[in-house]
Amino acid sequence: MGTLPRAVHPGAWWLWALGLATAASRTTNPIVLALIVAAAGAVVARRRGDAPWALAFRLYLMLGGLIVASRLLFRVVFGGGGGVHVLFTLPEVPLPAWAAGIRLFGPVAAEELLSGLYDGIRLAAMLICLGAANALANPKRLLKLVPAALYEAGTAVIVALSVAPQLAESVLRVRRARRLRGGAGKGVHALRAILLPVLADALDRSLTLAAAMDSRGYARAGTTPRPVRLAGGALVVGGLLGVCVGVYGLLDATTPRALGLPVLAGGGVAAAAGLLYGGRRVRRSRYRPDPWRLPETLTALCGAGAGALLFATAAVDPADLYPSLSPLTWPQLGVLPALAVVVAAAPGWLTPPPPAFAPVPAEVAA
Amino acid sequence: MIEFDRVSVTYAGAGAPAIRDVTLTVGEGELCLVAGHTGTGKSTLLRAVNGLVPHFTGGTLAGRVTVDGRDTRTHPPRELADVVGYVGQDPLHGFVTDTVEEELAYGLEQLAVPAPVMRKRVEETLDLLGIADLRHRPLRTLSGGQQQRVAIGAVLTAHPRVVVLDEPTSALDPTAAEDVLAAITRLVHDLGITVLVAEHRLERVAHAADRLLYLAGDGTVVDGPPADILATAAIAPPIVELGRIAGWSPPPLSVRDARRRAGPLRDRLAGHEPPTRDHGGDGTVGLRATDVVVRYGRHVAVTGVDLDLHAGTVVALMGRNGSGKSSLLWALQGAGPRQRGTVTAGGADPAALKPADARRRVGLVPQTPADLLYLDTVEAECAAADREAAASAGRCRALLDGLAPGIPGDRHPRDLSEGQRLALVLAVQLTAAPPVLLLDEPTRGLDYTAKHRFTGIVRDLARRGTAIVVATHDVELVAALADRVVVMAQGEIVADGPTADIVVASPTFAPQVAKVLHPQPWLTAADVAEALS
Repeated sequence: MGTLPRAVHPGAWWLWALGLATAASRTTNPIVLALIVAAAGAVVARRRGDAPWALAFRLYLMLGGLIVASRLLFRVVFGGGGGVHVLFTLPEVPLPAWAAGIRLFGPVAAEELLSGLYDGIRLAAMLICLGAANALANPKRLLKLVPAALYEAGTAVIVALSVAPQLAESVLRVRRARRLRGGAGKGVHALRAILLPVLADALDRSLTLAAAMDSRGYARAGTTPRPVRLAGGALVVGGLLGVCVGVYGLLDATTPRALGLPVLAGGGVAAAAGLLYGGRRVRRSRYRPDPWRLPETLTALCGAGAGALLFATAAVDPADLYPSLSPLTWPQLGVLPALAVVVAAAPGWLTPPPPAFAPVPAEVAA
Repeated sequence: MIEFDRVSVTYAGAGAPAIRDVTLTVGEGELCLVAGHTGTGKSTLLRAVNGLVPHFTGGTLAGRVTVDGRDTRTHPPRELADVVGYVGQDPLHGFVTDTVEEELAYGLEQLAVPAPVMRKRVEETLDLLGIADLRHRPLRTLSGGQQQRVAIGAVLTAHPRVVVLDEPTSALDPTAAEDVLAAITRLVHDLGITVLVAEHRLERVAHAADRLLYLAGDGTVVDGPPADILATAAIAPPIVELGRIAGWSPPPLSVRDARRRAGPLRDRLAGHEPPTRDHGGDGTVGLRATDVVVRYGRHVAVTGVDLDLHAGTVVALMGRNGSGKSSLLWALQGAGPRQRGTVTAGGADPAALKPADARRRVGLVPQTPADLLYLDTVEAECAAADREAAASAGRCRALLDGLAPGIPGDRHPRDLSEGQRLALVLAVQLTAAPPVLLLDEPTRGLDYTAKHRFTGIVRDLARRGTAIVVATHDVELVAALADRVVVMAQGEIVADGPTADIVVASPTFAPQVAKVLHPQPWLTAADVAEALS
């Protein structure tokens, strides 16, 4: 598509990624999972910008690898003998009688290892799909999409996100400064010498930030009378409580029927009304909001489509999704899952390229 | 535009009001400078303008403050955001968003300005302050001067009628300070905005101000033209001191004014030589560094620096923000990274020693001295310092009393004034009696009196044979303090020599007195006074 470079709506990327994650959750077929990860990776490679968070994808890949490795390790340590194809046998550690049912080391079977591998890959693939969304869309821009009534809470989260790296920086600075006083003291004493200046610093910064936000018009109430504001807040909180009770009532079979669906529906309506009512009083505008156009719709549909195709496969040919472990079979790639992978990768070509910013000079980036 | 009607502010638990019975009116398009010693209520006065005092800080405000007809009693800061723009002391800590463009738009979003207007104003402000090329840059990667200009831009987009700035240039190098001041004067002259500025370094802003509000120290405000007030005030920039010595009335505020009147003074000084400073110690090399390289990833902060520090000599380390001064000091002390080169102090490399031994050879006071303090009282800090340095009990307290007499022992270190806190950290570091002392930006936030006292302390240490390095942006401090000046740029030493040789002819580093009396090599008003008496 010969579209001009622009940032794609963060909501579209998240819907797409959630669709992919759903698709990954429906299968343990390593070929399908690897292809889904590859599709996500291809889209990230084609469409991520050059902002700091865009580099996070590599981190998620590494995390995925770690998950797979730890799954395998657990299978080996805690008895991997549930199969006929024993690959090797480790010396078993005898455990006392009260630990019956747990085994340390011993024979390791191919079936157990593969089942651990499939499980790990599935979890890793889901995580990597969400990582792709993180790399493609600025998480802070996503927070800006919260309903107007929740704006204050959203800003608090944004501020907390920016304070965290500052805190880490502060810890490094104070630790370095400790050396200047001889760096004496261990344990609690040293901890106190680092924590106290850091916390005092963090408190000072928070106060400065709060003063700055206040002076720049944050949380301007306008002319809304206080009772109206309180009523909006009460509706939201009460509604959310109702939703919680309703969900509990639905899931727990022993609670009376009346506590289930009716309370859930009532709570939902109250919360929505509170959000709308509260949102109306807030007068605020958005600077250069990301538009939602055709590519965004297509991206979201691609994610949903990939998920739906795997659901369809489960109904048509479940063997494609869950390769049999006994007897051991080679996993197959069916037509529908293959189609799902193609659909998942399509946004890499359907969306406009990200805008190119002037690179940050090297000497200030450090 | 701004009206104070018999305003007094008293903070909870304070014995006396911070400002008392202040009545004044600031008109439209005035550049109003607020000056006074530390702790006389400059910040209180500024924060009262947009209602941060008392809505945010607490305390009791008597009287009435109105801005553009709005009473701060009924309007908290957020309801005044479209009239008053407030820029605090440390711009980085006041940023809410990540990038320059979002920061400029933030205030407008809160004021519900329609999107097309918002877009236009952001573009105009980017151009007005000359920061258009920074628009997508993360705020944390900007230099100090750029951050200050972005902070000003972020309040300007709301088209306020008043802009309030708390010490906008105190952390900046001379050139960046000029940039910020140019931006401020442009607001006043081109846009007719009323600007209220508090600043310790009067030499940087006094000449641009239309009016001076001088806080005398007892809570009252003296209000008038800058030259009239500075003629008698307890604080004065060097150029005014020179004017007092030469008997010029009213005293000059700009180098140009002074230079036009300085002909006779130069003639009187023709036969005199500036006094040479007495050197302590025997001039032996206290610390020798060769080919020092410091790098962070791909960024090289210090590029192969050779430096000798001699006992009894005060070296001023200058250069713009980010030129590698701090990195070099930390590398010399041994606590910071050093990728190449050697450092020898007292026959050993401090980086290879235990921290407790390293600080006996090289002491460093970092840019944020409070990082070193972690106890509840001054007394406890002093006792801990004695233990850490294995010094006799009471040594740190004795040093502290020598540096800043009369600090109560039960005071919390965070409640001390900037000058007192610096004295405490200096005493803590001196307890280990290092023959080499490194000071990183020590005078940030100090007023003239505290700076004068600091100069005396450092000269005294040098007389007793300590080799001292002071990294600083303050050219007037350098003129009064340093024997030798080292200028760094891009991690390299670009100039190194006696103070007079380096600073007198430099357009950025020359102190005011040198600019006025050029080509005669006078550095400070005190030197001139001594020669004439």
